[in-house]
Amino acid sequence: MIGQRTSQRSFAKSVDWLLIISYLLLVTIGVMNIYSTVHYSTPELFVWKSRACKQLVWIATAIIIALVILFVIPPRVYEPISLPLYVVIFFLLVLVIFVSRDVKGSHSWFTFGPISLQPAELSKISTSLMLSMVISKLDLRFKTFRDYAIAGAVLLLPMLAILAESETGSMLVYVGFLLVLYREGISGWWLALLGIIIVVFVVTLKYDPFWALLIIGIIATLSNDLPQNKGRRWFAVHFPAIIALITYFIVYNKVCAAHPDTTFAYFKPIYLILACMLALMVAYLIKGFRTVNAFKMVTVAMIAICVGMSLAVPFVFNKVLKDYQQKRIQVLLGIIEDPRDAGYNVTQSKIAIGSGGFFGKGYLNGTQSTFGFVPEQSTDFIFCTIGEETGFAGCTAVILLYVLLIWRILRGAEKSRERFTRVYGYCVASCLTMHLVINIGMTIGLMPVIGIPLPLVSYGGSSLWAFTALIFIFVALDRNEKKYF
Amino acid sequence: MKLERKDRVLIGIGVAALVLIVKLFSIQVLDSSSKDKANSQSMVRMPIYPNRGVIKDRNGKVLVGNKMCYDIMVTPKTVKEFDTTAFCRVFNVDKEYVKGKFEEFAANSRRIGYQQVLLLRQVTPEAYTAFAELLAKNDFDGFFGQPRTIRQYPYNAGGSLLGYVSEVDANYISRHPGEYRPGDYAGMTGLEAVREKDLRGVKGEHILLRNSKNQIEGPYRDGAEDTEAIPGKDIVTTIDAELQNYGQRLMKNKVGSLVAIEPSTGEILTLVSSPCIDVDKLADIGKYYAELAKDPQKPMYNRAVSGLYPPGSCFKLVNCLIGLDEGVLTPQTQYPCSMGYHFGNHRLGCHAHKSPINMEESIMMSCNAYYCYVLKTMLENNNYENIDEALRAWDEYVYSFGFGHNLGSDFPSEGKGNIPTPETYNRVYGKGHWKANTIISISIGQGEVACTPMHLANLSATIANRGYYYIPHIVKDSEGIEIDPKYHEKQYTKVDTTHFHKIIKGMWRAVNSGFGSGGTASIAAVEGMDICGKTGTAQVPHGADNSVFICFAPMDNPKIAVAAYVEHGGFGATWAAPIASLLVEKYLTGSTTRPDLEQRMLQGDLMYRFPSKR
Repeated sequence: MIGQRTSQRSFAKSVDWLLIISYLLLVTIGVMNIYSTVHYSTPELFVWKSRACKQLVWIATAIIIALVILFVIPPRVYEPISLPLYVVIFFLLVLVIFVSRDVKGSHSWFTFGPISLQPAELSKISTSLMLSMVISKLDLRFKTFRDYAIAGAVLLLPMLAILAESETGSMLVYVGFLLVLYREGISGWWLALLGIIIVVFVVTLKYDPFWALLIIGIIATLSNDLPQNKGRRWFAVHFPAIIALITYFIVYNKVCAAHPDTTFAYFKPIYLILACMLALMVAYLIKGFRTVNAFKMVTVAMIAICVGMSLAVPFVFNKVLKDYQQKRIQVLLGIIEDPRDAGYNVTQSKIAIGSGGFFGKGYLNGTQSTFGFVPEQSTDFIFCTIGEETGFAGCTAVILLYVLLIWRILRGAEKSRERFTRVYGYCVASCLTMHLVINIGMTIGLMPVIGIPLPLVSYGGSSLWAFTALIFIFVALDRNEKKYF
Repeated sequence: MKLERKDRVLIGIGVAALVLIVKLFSIQVLDSSSKDKANSQSMVRMPIYPNRGVIKDRNGKVLVGNKMCYDIMVTPKTVKEFDTTAFCRVFNVDKEYVKGKFEEFAANSRRIGYQQVLLLRQVTPEAYTAFAELLAKNDFDGFFGQPRTIRQYPYNAGGSLLGYVSEVDANYISRHPGEYRPGDYAGMTGLEAVREKDLRGVKGEHILLRNSKNQIEGPYRDGAEDTEAIPGKDIVTTIDAELQNYGQRLMKNKVGSLVAIEPSTGEILTLVSSPCIDVDKLADIGKYYAELAKDPQKPMYNRAVSGLYPPGSCFKLVNCLIGLDEGVLTPQTQYPCSMGYHFGNHRLGCHAHKSPINMEESIMMSCNAYYCYVLKTMLENNNYENIDEALRAWDEYVYSFGFGHNLGSDFPSEGKGNIPTPETYNRVYGKGHWKANTIISISIGQGEVACTPMHLANLSATIANRGYYYIPHIVKDSEGIEIDPKYHEKQYTKVDTTHFHKIIKGMWRAVNSGFGSGGTASIAAVEGMDICGKTGTAQVPHGADNSVFICFAPMDNPKIAVAAYVEHGGFGATWAAPIASLLVEKYLTGSTTRPDLEQRMLQGDLMYRFPSKR
């Protein structure tokens, strides 16, 4: 024991200082920008009603949490407590649905007097630990259905609970864990499928299911023909078919616009393209069986999923999503224009960020963020203040700082000899990436408005503590190895 | 190269960050529309309107001043339900008007955004005070009174030449790029337009910040970018307000012009174009514009500087001076007149007077035949190769008096007039097919000769100065305003200055010979004033002759030169001569010795001679 102590490296040499510095920079940027949003109404920094003051307190407590994680809790405990923690948090996730007050339609907050706690924030930690534990302990290689099922269950349980809390935004963050699973061996097609589903969803909503199906067809045929050097055949067979379908679509619309009540109106292009897809699936199925071509089989499955998705989109959209969520998506896609209501936040946020220009208006000189044009200024839309006051230069710097943080985590994860640590590092990186992309994406109109905070920067203790714990557990795990090797 | 999965994950994250950065670049750097939107939301640009320069008369009396009023502005987006009844009562407007305005704002709400728009124009300070009380008591969010100044006219003098000020329209703004914004005022006619650059001053701007609830938070950058208004420069005119007012009263209910110039400076003392715009209407031009534009006598038309008329017999003075200078005429030259000038089967008529007469008498009695002979000898002068050359020489003389071109005064739309050239007649008759008798009517200021009343006043001033004139002008040098140096330069005619005293005697006799002497302008005589004048009775195609008179006084060291032109007034002595004479007397003595004549002139109404075709 004593010998070990003397041989271990000092704290200074065993932690990733770049990671710690980027963390500290981000929380500092956060509190500075929170001060900027409130400085006009509350110029004093050290009064309790100032959010900047509160955030300083949250940061102080977060640093205490980090120190506790680094110096008090033995890193070895995380693996064994993963399962109990996961179970407890899942229990809380479900419990909160029944005991929580209604906060803007969602039931996700425990309130103990002045302190509020969102189990969904803690769930990121417990799920990450749980996922790391099952993958490392059960040695999941994602070659069998069992592996998929176990990992899927670990992720889907909290997702469903959070969905039931009406926290769709927080739920979406869990989609990011696909990155972890990808690193640990699942087929890249799952990611591709996710991408295609998003494209199909968007195209179906914005244009017509016809075009979505056409895109599926083009992707399916191209991905089968091109790798086998059958591009010429594709041009000879599929390309004319695609042109014919498009022509038919245009002719149909023209004719129906001119003569609304012809019997021709019954021959909808969607039927034709469905028939084509069916034929394609049958053809690939037969070919796949004959040549024992797994790719053909996967293609067929994917076509089926996508076609089903495409046809189901209107239903999913109208029945599953809430009214305001539908509107946010429609605004994002430009289907409806609503600068006052659903689109107000985004319009204002884009104006604030856009008006920053290259170098910004200067710290504390933002007009849009100071005078309350942007809602949720210090929490979800904190990036507007950064955009307005420090401009493109500042925005880029902040994004690069996040990338630096994520990169250091991934680098540490890859260097680790323990699979548990590696998977956990990827989990942390995925969470950060999802938050980063969704939050900034929504402020600049790339994503629908999803109410999740910008990690470490947005106002709020709950989120800051959760991310601090999430990150520093990784630092502790990482250091635990470096200490000895 | 086969990428490992860990690298692919890293690349994926990098690409996602890059997408964010590219999008940020596009909305922050490439697209500047957010800046404008942000500014229009969070900044209120409050224009600070400068006081327009005051226009004064030559004695420092204010002709055009300013008075305070308020434009009621409104930010439609932030207006809540308000007490329309109280609002309409305070401002005395229709509910329908207010309703209509707000419907209009609602229809354009996208374009208007958070800008302030005009609801009511130029309300009085009294109404505004009442409204301010209302503002304090009730919920009138989004309303605001913008202080403005509008024109005020203490004297009813010079309406037409002062011009009016009104809000700029889209057309005006586009003709003056970068100088005006909607809501600005600008001088549109007359002096207000000519001296717009001096009068308007420089607008200031206060930039305020407002929050999302449209409450003003304070000055932008602590007022570092605010600018204050710089008042316009005052303009001192050469006009004598009292005299101008008197002239306008004399010309009331007559159509024509009355121009008075100080010969020693070229300063215009009075310039009346009748009918003229009452200053009351000028102040509220928007309301009266349609009415004024429809008036067949065109009150907005400045006929004194733009109207073209035959000068009639006044023009004989010019021919007389040219004759003297050319040496074809001496004061002793006598010509006969038997009720006119006879040539071939034609006769250019004249009135009954003794015959033959000499040069002085020809002026005094205004003999037509005499000047026919004068012009004939001039044009058939053997010194010239042919009549073309002779007429060309004559033209040069006439031009040197200012006729036939713009005098160069500071009025924008000065009439050139017309002086016939050899080319004119060669075009009409063909070269070699015309001779002196063909064009003999130009000798008595008829035919192709046309000029403005200001040309005539300038002729009078030229004779008064014995051979030169200063370009007539109405703006004097004053603090901050420097007029063109050309107004201080003597403009000599081509006629030798030694000849002028010869005709002045005739002009003196035309006025001062007493009734029965044959002098045409005895009615203009004032005891001891030594008015020198020349009548004119200009024939016009339709209706009664135009009554014309030019004069100056006193004979030595003249202080005032006048031209009066009364359309369809008959003989020069009937209306023009008494009016001009009264004006001279008023200027020199401040009153009149002839109250009866004054009354007759003030009350004279010739409007029945003008068919009111609408």
